[in-house]
Amino acid sequence: MDFVRRIIALTIKEFIMILKDPKSRFVIIGPPLFQFFVFGYAATYDLKNVRYAVFDESRTAESRQLLSRFEGSENFELTKTLKTEKEIDFVINREKARLVIHIGPDFSRNLHMGRPATVQVIVDGRNSNVALIALGYIGNIVEHYNRELVKKGVVSINGPGVELVDRAWFNANLQSRWFIVSALGGIISMVVVMILTSLSVAREREFGTFDQLLVAPFNPAEILVGKSLPGMVFGFMDALLFSAGAVYWFGVPFRGTIGALVLALGCFLLTIVGVGLLVSSVSMTMQQALLGSFVFMMPSVILSGFATPIENMPHWLQIGTLLNPLRHVIVALRDIFLEGADASMIWHQLWPLLLMAGFTLPLAGWMFRHRSQ
Amino acid sequence: MTPRTLFFMRMRGILRKEALQILRDPSSIALAIVLPLVLLFIFGYGVTLDAENVPIAVVLDDNGPVARDVSARFDLSPYFNTIHLTSMVEAMASLNQRRVDGIVHLQADFSSGLYKRNQAPVQVIVNGIDANRARLIQGYARGVLQKWTELRQARGEPVAVPAIKISQRVWFNEAAVSRNFLVPGLITLIMTLIGILLTALVVAREWERGTMEAILVTPIRRVDLLLGKVFPYFILGMLGMGLSVVVGTTLFHVPFRGSIVALFILSALFMLASLGFGLLISAAVRVQFVAAQISIVAGFLPALFLSGLIFDLESTPRFIQIVSHVVPARYFVDISHTLFMAGDVWPVLLPNALALFGMAVLFISLAFRKITKRLEG
Repeated sequence: MDFVRRIIALTIKEFIMILKDPKSRFVIIGPPLFQFFVFGYAATYDLKNVRYAVFDESRTAESRQLLSRFEGSENFELTKTLKTEKEIDFVINREKARLVIHIGPDFSRNLHMGRPATVQVIVDGRNSNVALIALGYIGNIVEHYNRELVKKGVVSINGPGVELVDRAWFNANLQSRWFIVSALGGIISMVVVMILTSLSVAREREFGTFDQLLVAPFNPAEILVGKSLPGMVFGFMDALLFSAGAVYWFGVPFRGTIGALVLALGCFLLTIVGVGLLVSSVSMTMQQALLGSFVFMMPSVILSGFATPIENMPHWLQIGTLLNPLRHVIVALRDIFLEGADASMIWHQLWPLLLMAGFTLPLAGWMFRHRSQ
Repeated sequence: MTPRTLFFMRMRGILRKEALQILRDPSSIALAIVLPLVLLFIFGYGVTLDAENVPIAVVLDDNGPVARDVSARFDLSPYFNTIHLTSMVEAMASLNQRRVDGIVHLQADFSSGLYKRNQAPVQVIVNGIDANRARLIQGYARGVLQKWTELRQARGEPVAVPAIKISQRVWFNEAAVSRNFLVPGLITLIMTLIGILLTALVVAREWERGTMEAILVTPIRRVDLLLGKVFPYFILGMLGMGLSVVVGTTLFHVPFRGSIVALFILSALFMLASLGFGLLISAAVRVQFVAAQISIVAGFLPALFLSGLIFDLESTPRFIQIVSHVVPARYFVDISHTLFMAGDVWPVLLPNALALFGMAVLFISLAFRKITKRLEG
């Protein structure tokens, strides 16, 4: 009973430390909400209003009809009509448009004579991902137009041909926002927990109050629990808040079970608390704790599959990412949200997390005892 | 002694103090040197948005020569690793268990449709969970079918050629290698970390420990103090930047088509804007714990999400685009992409440079006022 009482006392102290200062109170509660909305809207690979320019040398009914397909698409936004070829260089170089659609003078003549008519597309490759996605959209538009030309009898099928019929499972409209927003809770809660736990010990060290804590009737394990609980609570709160926001605000489907969600987040945050305490046990100042957290967090985010797929990495690095707790929770979150996983189905992600927590937490405890003696 | 020699004496003193402080705590040097190297290696060797060897299942319900010809195109494509399965049930199970990312399905009436109606569908099913990857896979599949058409044409076999063809050119990055735009973005992130995070913390520490007052009662003026704080971290940030550029271009063959002078001037402006922001945070809150939180929330995360570094800014809703205008990283991402891939295109660089200059002046002067006010009040 004594143990519980001491833990409660310590936890209350930690909460007071965070909540007594109005500035500190604000940074814990205000920004996560703001972040969620801003990043939820910003983090998407889907393109809207790609600014394009048109250089139509053909100026025929056919070329105009094709171009009207682009004007009608919400993915594209016409910004400029070019008069000379030289202007292509100008608009792309100066980012006046991100792509130029160039239709040559013999476009409709070729079309009517049954020769292939070519549409030239010049894309700004400074952001190669945007370039590739935009080219994909253009390919779709032209393909549809081709089919229509056949249907209308403007051109006839000149031989056997294949037609690509594509379907996407789990996410028929290929909205990348679902993929990103469902994982956002994992990232933000990691940042909150890492910073809170690593700084809270380092702050006491820097002010010298850590020694007072050590001479108080607490054993190191109790101090560790007291230090990690506030981070856990705030991290959990943010992650759950984000999950609710993902579903109710951004319309991300929630096909799994709430139990699985809580379980996955709990295991993940436990691991992260362990890492945070580990960082703080080796840091003497808040600066070291913060920078140490970043040395951990930056590679974790990059190697988590959050923004760039793990499948694209070389094999050895894919194996390496198995050591990254963020990777496991992101896979679990996406399974729960988008594929309807329950607790038993995310077991493959849970046991590595538990294993890592079982390693980092005792290690942090050992480091504390070691460093404080 | 002239005022000038006095100024130099004061500067020498304060710079020595700051340099000692940096050297004594190796964590700030680690941030400027070790973190960039680690991240560059991760990006250089591993992280990419370009897919290769995507595992896909091929199901041929039709075993005619044309169907086999089409499936051979998929086998030969460097983008795909094909697994041949005999039934759709099996293929769907594989897709569900994520052993494959897509299915190519030719139905039983593929050949007959092709000969009778001149048209036959090739069904491509992808796992849409990662929409960006799914879209890439669809694009690759489209490319494979196009290759098949061209091959038949070359062999003189009858084939339907689409009435309108696209000839595409990607400027500045012909092969559309995502590393070429991720590495310049990374430099932005590293400079943000040094400029905002480190500076905010270091100056807040002086307030928190009371050493700021100690410095202010010495003959050192506030301008000297500000310069003394800005200069060492400026050097540290530029070091991190230089290191990243050298490693990125030599080891990972990211092109650099701009001039070194332009890079130096523009990154100096970005560094000053970031430093100014960091100083402002620390002068306003004066507590390390809060300064750290604010610099992450207002400095680091926006540099990651609201800068165009990974996600396209122009596709976001209007209000996000408006918010992004107060993020210095946004301007520098545009600058570094242009400098690395397009060259010194001043009409693009100049407006961004002006924005950074304005922010640098604004943040630094606000920080200066805040420091002065704090003492009087």
